[in-house]
Amino acid sequence: MLRLLSILAVLCLCIPAYATESSAIPKLDIGKGGECVKEPQWMRKNHMHLLTHQRDEVVHKGVRDDKISLKNCIECHASTKDDSVIARDDSFCVACHRYEAVKLDCFECHSGERKSAWLKRNSK
Amino acid sequence: MSEINVQRRQFLKMSMGVAAVSIAPGIFLFDMAHGKADANKVRWGMLIETANCAEGCNDCVTACNTENGLSGGVSSTDSQWIRKIEIKDISTGRETSLPMMCQHCEHPPCVDVCPTGASFKRADGIVLVDKHLCIGCRYCMMACPYKARSFVHEPLQNQNPDVPRGRGTVESCTMCVHRIDQGQQPACAVACPNKSILFGNLNDPDSEIATRIRTVASAQVRADLGLNPGVRYQGL
Repeated sequence: MLRLLSILAVLCLCIPAYATESSAIPKLDIGKGGECVKEPQWMRKNHMHLLTHQRDEVVHKGVRDDKISLKNCIECHASTKDDSVIARDDSFCVACHRYEAVKLDCFECHSGERKSAWLKRNSK
Repeated sequence: MSEINVQRRQFLKMSMGVAAVSIAPGIFLFDMAHGKADANKVRWGMLIETANCAEGCNDCVTACNTENGLSGGVSSTDSQWIRKIEIKDISTGRETSLPMMCQHCEHPPCVDVCPTGASFKRADGIVLVDKHLCIGCRYCMMACPYKARSFVHEPLQNQNPDVPRGRGTVESCTMCVHRIDQGQQPACAVACPNKSILFGNLNDPDSEIATRIRTVASAQVRADLGLNPGVRYQGL
């Protein structure tokens, strides 16, 4: 009987722990958002493979598939407030990468800013 | 030497001879170089008319800096993709001004020395650095006889979305590959006020650049190295 009670107690403790975990999924600023390549869950899992494939095609062969280019991702997913996918803690790329503790080094070289905004700023 | 061995040697010689001539009709093991470029394959190149290149004019350099987001030499370690140089023939006193940048060699020494395969030549003849693979060892900078490459020493911000650049990698003139892929001309060729930089497909016999290099004398810088640069100079 005591064993059964202790199991129940452990189970009771587990439920709130699970509940807090699901509520801690990062809230992101998805910018304009929308689904242009594949559905969001697939993209969460596989976007890095698309980007790696795309980068080799572009750099070595000059095949610029605009649909899966990093620039095109940024075009829709940059925040509508600051035109960036990396500027804030809840920015599109930063929020998830920080949650998953995956280093995000694309933007050491690549611009995280929407191109139209960059052009507007740099043509002045 | 025994009789059998002599026959064996003759047989081998004869069969090698036959094999050398042809493996099948029309297919040869050894073939003479035809000495003509493959017209179907694009090879981007430039012809620079040094007679029109004005001394003191820096427009190509400025255009390159703006297009590719270079600082233009604010600090001593900043990248430089194209530079203007003034040369003087000591015996005659003739002075020439010309832009110098990556010469986009057919046989690039930077590609030969790269330990990671980051330095590579595209199918259309443009020599690039794949910065995803570059480890910043700078062997290519030492190998380049034109001193065309720069190393990025400091972290960068506010890059052009079309021209990713970052610390720890080597970079050089890309012939504005992002513009070429969109059917545009390199920024320096567009910016030159004297139309001294002619850009085009060297392999297309009807292109303006191919016609020009066929009809006027042009030279490659350090042609003795046999690298066959894609950038040629007229009046050097």
